[in-house]
Amino acid sequence: MKEKRIGVFVCHCGLNIAGTVDVEQVVEQIKDYPGVAHAEHYIYMCSDPGQELVRKAIKEKGLDGIIMSNCSPSLHQATFRKLAASEGVNPYFCEIANIREQCSWPHAGDKETATRKAVAIIKAIIEKLRRNISLTPLVVPLTKRVLVIGAGVAGMQAALDIADSGYEVVLVEQSPSIGGHTAQLSETFLTGDVIPGLVSPMMSKIASHPNISLYAYSELEDVSGYVGNFQVSIRRKATSVDESKCNYCGLCLESCPVKTASEFDRELAQRGAIYIPFLEALPQRPVIDRETCRHFGGDKCQACQEACPQNAIDFKQEDTIVEEEVGAIIVATGYELFPCTGIAEYASDPDVIDGLQFERLLSPSGPTSGEVRKPSDGKIPEQVVFLQCVGSRDPEHGVSYCSRVCCMYVAKHALLYKQAVPEGQAYVFYMDIRSDAKGYEEYVKKMVDEERVLYLRGRVSRIFRDGDKLKVWGSDTLTGKSIEIAADLVVLATAMVPNPGAKELARKLNIIVDQYGFITEAHIKLRPVETLTAGIYLAGTAQWPRDLPDTIASASGAASKILSLFSRRELLHEPTVAVVDPEVCRGCGQCVAICAFKAIELDPVKKVAWVNEAICDGCGACAVTCPSGAMQHRNWTARQFFEVIDIATAEYV
Amino acid sequence: MRIQISSRTLQSDFVKKVTEISGQDLLACNQCGKCSAGCPMCFAMDLLPNQIIRLAQLGLEEDIAASKTVWLCASCLTCTVRCPRGVDLGRVMEAIRLITLRKNIDYVGAAKIPKDTISELPQIALVSSFRKHTA
Repeated sequence: MKEKRIGVFVCHCGLNIAGTVDVEQVVEQIKDYPGVAHAEHYIYMCSDPGQELVRKAIKEKGLDGIIMSNCSPSLHQATFRKLAASEGVNPYFCEIANIREQCSWPHAGDKETATRKAVAIIKAIIEKLRRNISLTPLVVPLTKRVLVIGAGVAGMQAALDIADSGYEVVLVEQSPSIGGHTAQLSETFLTGDVIPGLVSPMMSKIASHPNISLYAYSELEDVSGYVGNFQVSIRRKATSVDESKCNYCGLCLESCPVKTASEFDRELAQRGAIYIPFLEALPQRPVIDRETCRHFGGDKCQACQEACPQNAIDFKQEDTIVEEEVGAIIVATGYELFPCTGIAEYASDPDVIDGLQFERLLSPSGPTSGEVRKPSDGKIPEQVVFLQCVGSRDPEHGVSYCSRVCCMYVAKHALLYKQAVPEGQAYVFYMDIRSDAKGYEEYVKKMVDEERVLYLRGRVSRIFRDGDKLKVWGSDTLTGKSIEIAADLVVLATAMVPNPGAKELARKLNIIVDQYGFITEAHIKLRPVETLTAGIYLAGTAQWPRDLPDTIASASGAASKILSLFSRRELLHEPTVAVVDPEVCRGCGQCVAICAFKAIELDPVKKVAWVNEAICDGCGACAVTCPSGAMQHRNWTARQFFEVIDIATAEYV
Repeated sequence: MRIQISSRTLQSDFVKKVTEISGQDLLACNQCGKCSAGCPMCFAMDLLPNQIIRLAQLGLEEDIAASKTVWLCASCLTCTVRCPRGVDLGRVMEAIRLITLRKNIDYVGAAKIPKDTISELPQIALVSSFRKHTA
């Protein structure tokens, strides 16, 4: 192997490095090291004059490898590799010796140690670079189709953004209708938009869009592949209704003898075992819920089949699996509410309801046709108590985080209640009011100033039934008084928690969830709509509690990330990945088991490991696991590691 | 009346003692008031439990000493069970009582109880009261 001519460039980073490391001394000790053809230092290597210095040295000294001794590779590796390439040096012959985060910063105040360590770091990287091989990025094909999981507002918005840009979208929704929790709401806060006017147009656009294939009542079965090339299989659950025959007459719905709690109306109304979740549901087709259906429970009941003039009921229908190929995936699995029964001291009572149940009471299409009535006896409630932070900000009994939307929707609830029952009194128990977006603070203040809603600063400790009233024991910490209110209806603003299915889905997708089950983003500040798995993005409340405008923004953000990915003809992948020497590999499969990216397979014929380079992230776990040394990481071979370790530990042996 | 707050009052011996004896982090309390909302003795208290914690956070020992609240606390632990932040208020109340009693200050004096009352009260109630309220 031809010996490389290496240039070493030591950066001062102002005083960040030079304040602790004696840069002149470093250059002095490095310049005669084997392989080094040039060494110099400069105040800011990343600046234009600094980069010019590097270019000049490459040209004049005929360098074919450079070592930039400066900050972390996450900051400027890309900068200097680009520079190397533009000067005709293979970018993988440009290495970073991190003498800032790993040397000058932790050793501030000890110039001698820091200088010695900086020299050792640079020497170690020189030994690595001497053994680097020339590489070119891998070219990976790109399927320009997208899978969106979840068809609430986040999923719908992302799907529409992408489909409108001309790419095909596969939209999967587990429930029989699209629309998500937003479809259950009455109207929005701040603007007072009625939900059917807001969500229905979105839903019908989805259903009729030529670029969107909608799989409602379906679930993700399995995913394989990698960014640009995912193979997904989708389980279409049996609806027991033959779509080609059904003419949506609705006679089956009336015929069903089963009455069970409606999920859409949050158990405030009933539905049959064959049902359409709500009036504006899309797709507008009946589904048999086999859990509650008498026929599937072993009974002889065939009421719907007998009622159907089209003979569309098919009890023998089975789940089908559909295969799709996509290049990117958006996870928009949304939220659920912390259960009302989660706080034991709040009585389990028909008149203690959660926020979504109150939305159904307020909704014109709801069980009370929009009249606010008590679930227990149907009377108009005259005293209504709203509780904020139920389960939220309560690490002992619920979750420690703030659910972000409750302050605003409780204000809206109080307003809508006052509009429905002008002579009624609304009380809100709160801990803090978080109204931190455009117009929000003014909106909350309006409830106090104009609607005369009484805000009480404190939590409630107990709710119990006392005749036809609910006694609410709370406190007002501003006066230091314990308070009792005889309420007719209590509405709990329960915490937003992740969709319970999100964890299982995350496992299939090989993405990470946090301690609560929310999908973890690649970087909470800088990469909020991407996951750590390339090609998988997230949108809406699957990530964290948020309101409608934030959800729409995150969905459009995820869509635009995918559109920017699709603007390329093909994908480039880092070539610094694992490679197998098939002559040495004995097919033990330990690398297959250790790989977190599912990038390694065993060749069934040759019985040796095979790395899918497009999936491999270059983490190196397989290389250290391999007992025979057949698996090596390109440009981080075992030989390179040992050279680096020898230098790093020279002082101690 | 304006009170002075400084790092000295915030880290006073009193605050340190309450923290040490009770084993509770006073600053964990975010003053939601749930303890006071559920307290079965709050009808008789001049200051509510959350106010006692707040005064302790500020290091205002004299205000706490002037209040009957810690002596009225029945140690039923309703507050402890319901506190969203896991503060064991029962232990904090006990710590404050102990700090007072260790100064040899009795809250209840046997000699001051009228004879009629003594004859009416069950023995066990008197014994319990002396255990809790006397040095």
